[in-house]
Amino acid sequence: MNAITLPKQQDVNGTTETDLSQTNLSEIELTQTVGNIYADDAKMSIRNANIYYGDKQAIDNISLDLAKNQVTALIGPSGCGKSTFLRSLNRMNDTIDICNITGQFTLDDEDIYAKSLDPVLLRARVGMVFQKPNPFPKSIYENVAYGARIHGLTNNKAELDEIVETSLQKAGLFNEVKDRLNDPGTGLSGGQQQRLCIARTIAVSPEVILMDEPASALDPIATAIIEELIDELKEKYTIAIVTHSMQQAARVSQHTAYFHMGKLVEMGKTEDIFTRPSHKLTENYITGRFG
Amino acid sequence: MTSINKNTTSTTERVSLGLKRRHSKEKRFKRIGLFAVLFGFLLVVILIGDITSKALPAFHQHWVKLDVNYQASWLDINTGVDTDIEDNSGQAPTTEQLNKANYRNVLKKSLYQMFPDVSGRKSKRRLTKLFSSNAEFSLKDNLIASPSLFNTKTHLWVRLDDDVDSYLKAAFPVGEAGLRINQQQAQWLATLISSERIESRFNFSFFTSGDSREPELAGIKGALMGTLLTMFVTLLLSFPLGVAGALYLEEFAPKNRFTDLIEININNLAAVPSIVFGLLGLAVIINLFGLPRSAPLVGGIVLTLMTLPTIIIASRAAIKAVPPSIREAALGLGASKMQVTFSHVLPQAMPGIITGAIIGVAQALGETAPLLMIGMVAFIVDVPSSIVDSATVLPVQIFLWADSPERAFLAKTSAAILVLLTLLLIINLSATMLRSRFEKK
Repeated sequence: MNAITLPKQQDVNGTTETDLSQTNLSEIELTQTVGNIYADDAKMSIRNANIYYGDKQAIDNISLDLAKNQVTALIGPSGCGKSTFLRSLNRMNDTIDICNITGQFTLDDEDIYAKSLDPVLLRARVGMVFQKPNPFPKSIYENVAYGARIHGLTNNKAELDEIVETSLQKAGLFNEVKDRLNDPGTGLSGGQQQRLCIARTIAVSPEVILMDEPASALDPIATAIIEELIDELKEKYTIAIVTHSMQQAARVSQHTAYFHMGKLVEMGKTEDIFTRPSHKLTENYITGRFG
Repeated sequence: MTSINKNTTSTTERVSLGLKRRHSKEKRFKRIGLFAVLFGFLLVVILIGDITSKALPAFHQHWVKLDVNYQASWLDINTGVDTDIEDNSGQAPTTEQLNKANYRNVLKKSLYQMFPDVSGRKSKRRLTKLFSSNAEFSLKDNLIASPSLFNTKTHLWVRLDDDVDSYLKAAFPVGEAGLRINQQQAQWLATLISSERIESRFNFSFFTSGDSREPELAGIKGALMGTLLTMFVTLLLSFPLGVAGALYLEEFAPKNRFTDLIEININNLAAVPSIVFGLLGLAVIINLFGLPRSAPLVGGIVLTLMTLPTIIIASRAAIKAVPPSIREAALGLGASKMQVTFSHVLPQAMPGIITGAIIGVAQALGETAPLLMIGMVAFIVDVPSSIVDSATVLPVQIFLWADSPERAFLAKTSAAILVLLTLLLIINLSATMLRSRFEKK
């Protein structure tokens, strides 16, 4: 159980407090989210979410919508709780014993924390791509086929082959690896590995894809490829992406939510957030005053 | 700080002064390390060399060619109505008659014919003592195998007595303590050697027969089979149980006081003296559950108790070392806990688990004390063929032979040690191969 480490220990401890006092922002009111948290066509809706690690509160009363077939970027300084929040959307935090979650989380108006809902089924519908590329130490083919296989999505080898091929194609990796599908996935370059992980996620045909800083471990060229890919993927999937790069958020997302110390400070259309932020904290962050 | 900033050359000098010292420290440590490795290696070489040199005599054995006369009268076989011996030559004896015949008499009379000048009961007894007590059975087997030899003279190779064998191998001076060969017997042997009737052969029976009170007949097969059967039971029980326990504790068990208590107890169990497990086996497995004494089944269960903590501790470490990102990746795809554990965690942890299992089994392989308590120290001649037969194991066999007064058992003891070490080597090699196969995957 404790094998899975807490995501970003500093999230819990709130290490950004000193940064704030230096910029004299501590007195700014944080209770109310400004901007628009609602989406016309919401795929997922979160209302009054609170997440605790033991006694520490990591997420404080957050409500927001993820718009269908659009990209929502979650930005904010280190330790603001955005990764924790993202992981709560497909119940990855379930594996952490001391993690307590309250609030309402719905996917297509279905409560994802309902007792009747199996997290296995939820994770098949809400896939996740992690910060560090983490392909299985198996062949490229097996990496992509694994999800489809465990969920019994195919009846025969030909169908499975097709899923593997189309998933790799969607992830823009097929042409690079088609001759070596049986080579180990860990032998690919970092960017290729991350695209393999995306292909692996797509192979299960999820409805929502959660991405936790998918390009932070990659070089600029690999990052550009991933960003293009995200842009294409939103045609079919609803995407939530955590990122530290504001340029990336501006490039790939349609909605942006700015997190600060476990609270959602501001949310709105990406172009609005980056051109005329309403909140002082948001402005400071996107102009590079801290973070 | 200031002095360094003032004069940079002095900094360089100081560093280079210290550098010398640091390098010499490193060199000294390297030398000590190399010495430690060489010392360990030397000890192993001495050990193996000593054991091998002592064991070599056990791998060959002296045989002697006898002129045997299967005379009906010597055999006490009466085949015809007529008591006249000459007329009986044509008729074949029945199997029952062959089984009951007096072969000791044939052996003795044949020997007296070969050495006509031996007279007196004492001398005659000394003469027959030169040959293995098994010789009369060799005569019997030979005649039963080819009954046509009845009433004819033939040559037959039989084993020499162990004292004679040791005497011939070591060429000790006659009359040395423990050898029990006197001047007269030495002369007879010299006669046999000069007439080329004595031959040294490879000792096959050492590998094909069970234990015996006679060193020239004693073999390792019983103990080897006992060891293999015991290890089979041990591995069969301890590996699945150990891995299942480790997986449960690492992946499924809630972290609370109860599991902490279990963890402490497992660690303590690894430190319990092995003889205590033997007492437990005697009291619970044999007396309470009524399983047979001296059986590899019971030995295997007792050794499982001993091996289990080792395997659990090593397996847990291996499971812990599997990167959490792999678990998250599988969980994120919607794999169930069970699927994550068995298709990702277990294969990744397998090399480490196998290493732990081998350490455990190697420990169990050399274990003697707990087996003494459950009766595997008994003198057992028959080679065990199932896990409920009476058996002994190699380390116990070594202990038994080392305790025997006959000089020839000295070589047997060393040979048994060699067999044990070889078995250990084979197990380790196969484990290494198995591990590298898992690592390739």
